[in-house]
Amino acid sequence: MEILAALLGLLGGILAGLFGVGGGILFVPTLVLVLGLTQVHAEATSLLAILPAVVAGAWRQQRYGNVDWRAALIVGLGSIAGVEGGVELAKALSEDVLRRLFAVFMFVVAASLAWRAFRAQPAYPSDDDSDRSRGPSFRRV
Amino acid sequence: MKRPSRQSRLGLLNGVASDASVVRLLGIGLVAGVFSALFGVGGGIIIVPLLVAVVGFDGRRATGTSLAAIGITAGAGAVAYGLHGDLKIGSAALIGLPAALGAVAGVTLQQRLQTRTLTIGFSLFLTAVGIRLLV
Repeated sequence: MEILAALLGLLGGILAGLFGVGGGILFVPTLVLVLGLTQVHAEATSLLAILPAVVAGAWRQQRYGNVDWRAALIVGLGSIAGVEGGVELAKALSEDVLRRLFAVFMFVVAASLAWRAFRAQPAYPSDDDSDRSRGPSFRRV
Repeated sequence: MKRPSRQSRLGLLNGVASDASVVRLLGIGLVAGVFSALFGVGGGIIIVPLLVAVVGFDGRRATGTSLAAIGITAGAGAVAYGLHGDLKIGSAALIGLPAALGAVAGVTLQQRLQTRTLTIGFSLFLTAVGIRLLV
């Protein structure tokens, strides 16, 4: 089971890099279904498990000049306030409810990936998408 | 040319925009923090579109900046859960260290593969795992 979990970690990382999603969406079900952790323990552990991949990814993006460190720091600081709320919420919900909520979250991510694929966008949205998100005619008139 | 006045006007606008953007960025962080801790994920799926829609980042800058922010968010989440005694450090290393290698390989593969079919396959796979968690 440990070897399977490590292989799934490797696979999860490859898929995360390939599709531009975080590893967490794959780590949580791996920890629950393969290593038998509770949903709360799996979510807690997933947050620690994504750190090495995130650091590696941010370092790569930095080399391409894609990281606005000031903005990242402000978003990160703002998130610290939200994190405690999320932890309390996750622990207040029952295991079953939290696991089902996570399943719904997986469906939403699956749908958004499929939508992206059908629009045949590149994995990283182009500059055009920021225009499109403001409405079709915002900058094109 | 009215260069000086134009510069000062731009400077003023920059100042206003940056104050407003600090509040917006803090707001994005707050929402992402709740979401990240609730689901045990980084929250990029929330942060990237918000950086594009609310702050006007382009996609690449949003993706790179989101990764750096997630380092702080996920670290804070891990510490918060750790204080509650919910963290399994051995399991995190077992999955997280191979994943870091995989992520580097995945980004390299992304440059070489036509990912549309793969993305649809991945989407179906996530749906199947979601159903498995539901039942």
